[in-house]
Amino acid sequence: MSELRLVRLIEPDGSASGDDRYALPAPGELLEHYRALVRGRRFNEQASALVRQGRLAVYPSSHGQEACQVAAAAVLRDGDWLFPTYRDSVAAVERGVDPVEVMLLLSGDWHCGYDPMRHHVAPQATPLATQLPHAVGVAHAARLKGEDTVVLALCGDGATSEGDFHEALNFAAVFRAPVVFLVQNNKYAISVPLARQSVASSLAAKGEGYGMPSALVDGNDVAALTAVLGEAVRRAAGGDGPTLMEADTYRMDAHTNADDASRYRDDAEVTEWARRDPLVRLRAHLRAAGVLDDEEERAIAESAEQTAAYLRTGLSADSEPDPAELFAHVYAGPAPHLAAQAELLAAELTAEVHS
Amino acid sequence: MTATKLTMAQALNTALRDAMTADESVVVFGEDVGPLGGVFRVTDGLTETFGEQRCFDTPLAESGIAGLAIGMAMNGFRPVIEMQFDAFAYPAFEQITSHLAKMANRTRGRVRLPVVVRVPYAGGIGGVEHHCDSSEAYYAHTPGLTVVAPATNADAYGLLRAAIEHPDPVIFLEPKRHYFTREEVDTATPVPPIGQAVVRREGRDATLVAYGPSVPVALAAAELAATEGRDLGVVDLRSIVPFDEETVLAQVRRTGRAVVVAEAQGFASVASEIAARIGERCFHHLEAPVRRVTGFDIPYPPPKLERHHLPSPDRILDAVDALQWDET
Ligand SMILES: Cc1ncc(C[n+]2csc(CCOP(=O)(O)OP(=O)(O)O)c2C)c(N)n1
Ligand SMILES: [Mg+2]
Repeated sequence: MSELRLVRLIEPDGSASGDDRYALPAPGELLEHYRALVRGRRFNEQASALVRQGRLAVYPSSHGQEACQVAAAAVLRDGDWLFPTYRDSVAAVERGVDPVEVMLLLSGDWHCGYDPMRHHVAPQATPLATQLPHAVGVAHAARLKGEDTVVLALCGDGATSEGDFHEALNFAAVFRAPVVFLVQNNKYAISVPLARQSVASSLAAKGEGYGMPSALVDGNDVAALTAVLGEAVRRAAGGDGPTLMEADTYRMDAHTNADDASRYRDDAEVTEWARRDPLVRLRAHLRAAGVLDDEEERAIAESAEQTAAYLRTGLSADSEPDPAELFAHVYAGPAPHLAAQAELLAAELTAEVHS
Repeated sequence: MTATKLTMAQALNTALRDAMTADESVVVFGEDVGPLGGVFRVTDGLTETFGEQRCFDTPLAESGIAGLAIGMAMNGFRPVIEMQFDAFAYPAFEQITSHLAKMANRTRGRVRLPVVVRVPYAGGIGGVEHHCDSSEAYYAHTPGLTVVAPATNADAYGLLRAAIEHPDPVIFLEPKRHYFTREEVDTATPVPPIGQAVVRREGRDATLVAYGPSVPVALAAAELAATEGRDLGVVDLRSIVPFDEETVLAQVRRTGRAVVVAEAQGFASVASEIAARIGERCFHHLEAPVRRVTGFDIPYPPPKLERHHLPSPDRILDAVDALQWDET
C-alpha cells in the first residue's frame, strides 16, 4: 500500500513549501482567501457567543477548520453544489447564503433557514454521512442532463465509518459522478479519536479501494486546499469522475458548547495545533510577500466585524416562528388529518391570547 | 443502605454497574460511551471500572454497532449498546428489524439474542432536529422486539436490570428529559418484571394511560383535575411490548373512561393500538370513546415550538372534558 504524500504549499511559519506538484496561488487570490478566513473566524466566535447568550440552541464551531470552509466554497463555480454538515456553516456563508439564514435552524426555527435550490447549498446534514449519497445523486443527475455541474460534499473523520460514506464513494466511482468528497479530518468524533475510526494509513487512502483518485492535504493551508480541490473540481467537470480528499486539520473547540473536551484530550495537543493555525500561517505569508499591511488588516477586521454585527442583529429578536407553519409543508397538498390538528392548535393559541 | 437520591442517568449507570458486576458476559459499547461516559453520562466511569474490554467506543456506525452486538450475543455475550440519540438509531434499522428481532424465530429458538439497545428517547429538551424523535412505534411494530420505557428513576434502574437479564432483544427507551431529575431509588427493591404495568394513581372517574416521558405529564394532569373535583387514575405501562392488557383494562373497566397520552405522533402509533384494544375489550364498560392525546403528525418541532407539540396537562384535561360527562 503506497502512502499518500501530504500536499502543503505554505508552511506553518508562512514560508512557501515549494511543492513539486502544485503551484502556489497568486498573492491577490490568497489575499481574498485571507479575507474569507478572518470573516469565518469572526463568524465562529460570534456564533459561539450567541450560544452563551441563549440566542442559539447549539453551535458546532469550525474554529481551526476555516481553511477547509473557505476553500470548499471558493473552488466551486456558479451552479455547482455544496453539501455541508452541521459543522460547515462558514462554508455555506462563503457560498453566498445569508449568515442569519444559515443560523436560523440552530436558533430554534423549524426549517433549514435558506433556499437550497437558489444557492445550490443542500440543507446542513446532521445524521452523519447521510448527505453523501444525495450529493452523488445530484451529480449523477447533472451528468444525465448534460450539465457540467460539480458537487462538493463535506463530512468529518467520524462519518467515514458510516455505511453511507462507503456506499456514496462506490456509487460515485461506478457512475463516474462529478463529486468531490472532502473529509475534514479534525481528529475527533465528539470524544472518539481518529484511531478508533480507522487504522488505514490515511482516510484518503480509502479512495483507491473504490477506484478514485485521492489526495491528502494540509487542512490548515488554504493555498494547498484550493489548489488540490480546484484540480478535483476541474477533473469532475471534465467528465473524469470523483475524487476523495482528506484535509488534515483539527477541531480547536469542543464538539459543541454542550461538550467538555477536557474529559478526553490534553490541552497540550490543542496548543500544538494552535501553532498550525490557518489564519496565522497565511497572514505571515502575505505580510512577508508585502501584500498585507496594517491598513489592509484593519479593513479586513472591520468587514469581518460587520458580518458579526449583522449576525448579532439578525438573531437578536425574540421572534417565535409561526406555529401554524409546522403543518404547512409536511406534504405537498393539504392533508385532512393535519388540517384538524392545525385547527386544534390555532384554537388553543387563540384561547391563550384571550385568557 | 440501598436507597439514595439519584438522577435517571445515575440510576441507569448504577444498573449497568450492578449488571456488569453480577455477570461477566455483560458488555457495553457504542459511540462516546468509553472515556467520555456517553453524551448523557449514563456510562460514566464504566471503562475505568471494568476495563476497555467491557465498555468501549466503536467506530461511528450504528449498523455496525447493532451487527456487532448480534454476533457477540451469538457467541456468549450480553451486549448493552447505546444509540446516541433516537433518530441516530435509524442506520441500525436493518440490523434491528431484520436480524435482532427475527433471529430467534428463524432458528426455532436455537439462537437467542439477549441484546439491550439503549435509546435516549423523545423530546422536551430543546434539541435541534433529529435529537427528539419518539421512535417507539417502529420497534413496537416489529415482532420479536421487547420494548420498554421507564418513567421513574427507580424503574430506570429496575427495568434496565430486567432488560439485561431478558432472553430476547430489548429496545430500552430512556426519556432523555428526565436524565437529570433526581428521585429516590432503592436498588434492593425487587426488579419489576418486564411486561407489567403499574397503577401510579388510583382514580374513580377516568383512567389516563401513559408511558415513559408522558407519565409525569399525566400525573400532573390528574393533580390538576383533582383540584377541579375530578378523580383521574394513571397507569404507567413501563413495557410497551409486551403490553399489560390486564392492568390497563381492569382500570378502564372500573372508570369507564380512558385517555391515552403519548408524546409520539398519533397516527399509526402505540397510543392508537392501546386505544383500539381498550375499545375492543371494554366496549360495554365505556361511557365514551377512548381519546388520545399525542404529538401532532409532523416532524418533531424545533426548540422554539416544541411546547405546542408536546401533550400538556391542559390538553389532557380538554380530552377528559370531552368524555361525554353530561350524558351520565
Ligand atoms: C447517524 C449519526 N450518528 C450519531 C450522530 C451523533 N453525532 C453528531 S456529531 C458526531 C461526531 C461526528 O464526528 P465527525 O464525523 O468526525 O465530524 P465532526 O463533528 O468532528 O466535524 C456524532 C457521533 C449523528 N449526528 N448521526
Ligand atoms: Mg471529526
